[in-house]
Amino acid sequence: MSPLAFYPLAFVCIASAMGVVLSRNPVRSALSLVASLFCLAVFYVFLQAHLVAALQIIVYAGAVMVLFLFVITLLNLESDRGLGEKPVLSAIGFGAGAIVAGGLIAALSRTSLGARAVTLVPTFGTTKVLARQLFGDYLVAFELTSMLLLVAVVGAVVLAKRDGSYEGDEQEAAVPARSEEASH
Amino acid sequence: MHAAATEVTASLPIAVSYLRYIPLAPLVGVLFHVALGYRLGRRAVGLVACAAVAVSFALAAKAFLTVLGSAAGTVVTDNVYQWLSSGEFTANVTFSVDALSSVMIMVVTGVGFLIHLYSIGYMAHEEDYARFFAYLNLFTAAMLVLVLADNLPLMFVGWEGVGLCSYLLIGFWYTDPEKASAGKKAFLVNRIGDAGFVLGAFTIFWALVDLGQGSLTFATINARAAELPAWASLAGALLLFVGATGKSAQIPLYVWLPDAMAGPTPVSALIHAATMVTAGVYMVARLHGLFEAAPAALQVVGIVGAATALLAATIGIAQTDIKKVLAYSTVSQLGYMFLALGVGAYGAGIFHVMTHAFFKALLFLGAGSVIHGLHDEQDIRRMGGVAQKMPITHATFALGVLAIAGVPGLSGFFSKDEILASAYAGGHFGLWICGVLGASITAFYMTRLYVLTFRGKFRGDHHKWDHAHESPIQMTLPLMVLAALAVVGGYVGVPEVLGGNNAFAEYLAPSVGHHQLGLAAGTELMLMGISVAAALTGIGLAWVMYSKGPDADLILKNKLGGLYQQMREAYNIDAVYDALVVQPLMRASDALWHSVDVRVIDGVANGTAAAVNSAGEGWRRWSTGNVQHYMLTVLVGVAALILALTLSSLIGVAG
Amino acid sequence: MIGTVHYLALSAVLFSIGAVGAVVRRNVIIIFMSIELMLNAANLAFVAGSNSLGSMNGQSIVFFVMTVAAAEAAVGLAVILALFRNRQTVAADEIALLKW
Repeated sequence: MSPLAFYPLAFVCIASAMGVVLSRNPVRSALSLVASLFCLAVFYVFLQAHLVAALQIIVYAGAVMVLFLFVITLLNLESDRGLGEKPVLSAIGFGAGAIVAGGLIAALSRTSLGARAVTLVPTFGTTKVLARQLFGDYLVAFELTSMLLLVAVVGAVVLAKRDGSYEGDEQEAAVPARSEEASH
Repeated sequence: MHAAATEVTASLPIAVSYLRYIPLAPLVGVLFHVALGYRLGRRAVGLVACAAVAVSFALAAKAFLTVLGSAAGTVVTDNVYQWLSSGEFTANVTFSVDALSSVMIMVVTGVGFLIHLYSIGYMAHEEDYARFFAYLNLFTAAMLVLVLADNLPLMFVGWEGVGLCSYLLIGFWYTDPEKASAGKKAFLVNRIGDAGFVLGAFTIFWALVDLGQGSLTFATINARAAELPAWASLAGALLLFVGATGKSAQIPLYVWLPDAMAGPTPVSALIHAATMVTAGVYMVARLHGLFEAAPAALQVVGIVGAATALLAATIGIAQTDIKKVLAYSTVSQLGYMFLALGVGAYGAGIFHVMTHAFFKALLFLGAGSVIHGLHDEQDIRRMGGVAQKMPITHATFALGVLAIAGVPGLSGFFSKDEILASAYAGGHFGLWICGVLGASITAFYMTRLYVLTFRGKFRGDHHKWDHAHESPIQMTLPLMVLAALAVVGGYVGVPEVLGGNNAFAEYLAPSVGHHQLGLAAGTELMLMGISVAAALTGIGLAWVMYSKGPDADLILKNKLGGLYQQMREAYNIDAVYDALVVQPLMRASDALWHSVDVRVIDGVANGTAAAVNSAGEGWRRWSTGNVQHYMLTVLVGVAALILALTLSSLIGVAG
Repeated sequence: MIGTVHYLALSAVLFSIGAVGAVVRRNVIIIFMSIELMLNAANLAFVAGSNSLGSMNGQSIVFFVMTVAAAEAAVGLAVILALFRNRQTVAADEIALLKW
């Protein structure tokens, strides 16, 4: 990947990531995250991870982020005051984050990872090879993820569902009462 | 003397398995008294207690006859099980009977049986009948373990056991604070001695390990004592002797024994006259090889013994409590035994242990009979003429007095004379003079005791006189048996110069070596004459003086002045100890409490608590419950780590 | 020429941004999105490593990370929903329930 493509794209990616953190409006944050994920998908393509790139757009930028937006709109969240609410905390956080990033980059700059050690086989990154690995070496783990997803779906439904058995009380059920019940 | 040690190692062991039942039988008795004693009543308790000791006596007799009938140096052993095994150290529960311990078990079980029998009558009106006999049986068991043990650790078990029983029995009437505190005193003073015993055992073990010996059996110690470094045998012997002074009431630890008379009289007879207090003598004789390897220690034993014999005898002159006189007499007689050990005449010492057990038990039981008959009167100034009311007690007591005074033909004469002859023969003239002087004084105060108690007219409350009576048969029978023993007990050791063959010393020789007097017959007879003259002088003087009643004390008082007052008050040794030891300890403890405990220890503890508390107050603010604060902490931590790593690697590159 | 190091550096920057976002914002949904950003930064490092070493293992693990992230998003958002319903807020510092 040529620097001419990499740096602008990386800039966009970082900028949109900053947008996630800095935006006051949650919707804008979510959209920034989508942009950032798109940029990452492009990088994946350049890194011969075609299936991963596709999944990134379909699953992440598509399904997951739609879910985020859905929740944001459902809760009808207002803009908050962003970083202004906790200036000291923010300053410490940004300072520490800058140190982490700077330290990691400083460490990376002194490694010899610049040149690739091996030449890639022509089939590297194809769906077929990835599928062979997922359904071969990692079959058990793969099947377990399906279990995980099932459990997650059930869990999400249970958590998000308005409790049907209390339908009659729902109108009168005040907020404190509910929280008390939840704590049980 | 080294030959004796090799004789012990060359002994012929006979392995048996009945010795364990000798201490076990009284222990079963203890269990019986504790579990069923209060339910089954007095008759059963008394019967079981006596039967248990009788079983022990029978088995002891069997062991004694085995040793007697076998070749010299035979040892009967019963290896029960391995008790301790730790690194190089092993100790077994092994009981063994050789000539020395066979004499002891015969005395303990024999005299013990008679005193158990006596107690049935003496304690008849006692509430806690079962408790008394439980203690008494427990004592017998512990004493037998002490005597039968073939190694120091097992002996220590018995040693502590008898100490415990002594404490329990002195404080038997625990509701009386004075008696309870007498028990505590005995216990604490014994504790000092026991500390010496333990330290001595450790010292010997430490030195023996260097010789490649990981056990503390008496055979090993005696056999290897000569190879021990001089400091080890000296320190070990002296520390063990400290233990002996505690248990056997010698200077400086004798102060508990007179107070121990607070216990019931049979207890005084059994524990504080006949058996337990001789444990120290037995222990020194048992370890004669060690003490011979440290002649200086042996010298200390002799000097302490002679000094105790003389000192306690002088105190005995001025006492007015019948049991106190006997108590100081016991201390004095124990001094004779140590005197014998100190001059190397172990056989003579043990001989005196045996005869003393007979006549002192007799005297105590006789005194108990008098006290019992006079309804708990103990002051001899308020007695007199008791002979009319108590003929059997009177006759037996008189024989006991004659025996202890050293009148020729009675047991005390033979044993005491052998001790004095040994001291003289060993060139210890100072010790010999002390001994003769002590013998004379002993004869004096014993006669005083006898005359004031049994002769003349009754000086006390006439109600007591009217109710005075001879004791029941359970009490007089032991008196008669003991009186017989006190008379004939000495004939086992008739010296050669009087036509005997000193069979007793011959019998003990394999265990403790043979002590040759090496005196000309004339010299020996002359020594005998001197001690008999001393004894008769004492008897005669006391007889003449005290026939007029207890006011004769005034004559002594005028002659001796302040010294007499000191003798009556036992030289105020208790006050001296209080001032020199107890009070400084109390003050030091008090100072330590205020300075070290309150300031330092409490300060550290409270300071730690306060520091933790204030730290908690501070750190509590960190725990906001806000997840983001926790995350921030993690992030800052990671940043700090990365920063540290980066900086250190940068410095490393630059360097 | 752009090499693995550049991708890893980008990954490091994205990760740091995500970490900072998770710490400084009050809105739990934005915290959640920041966490997604951190996961994606890790994914980028995996893919770059996979490419660098010529091994497909890196891509496989990204697959699993995505699955877990999806599951986490589903459950997490459901939790946020339930939370909002009970406490009428999505501000992290107003639900400091861990404090005794």
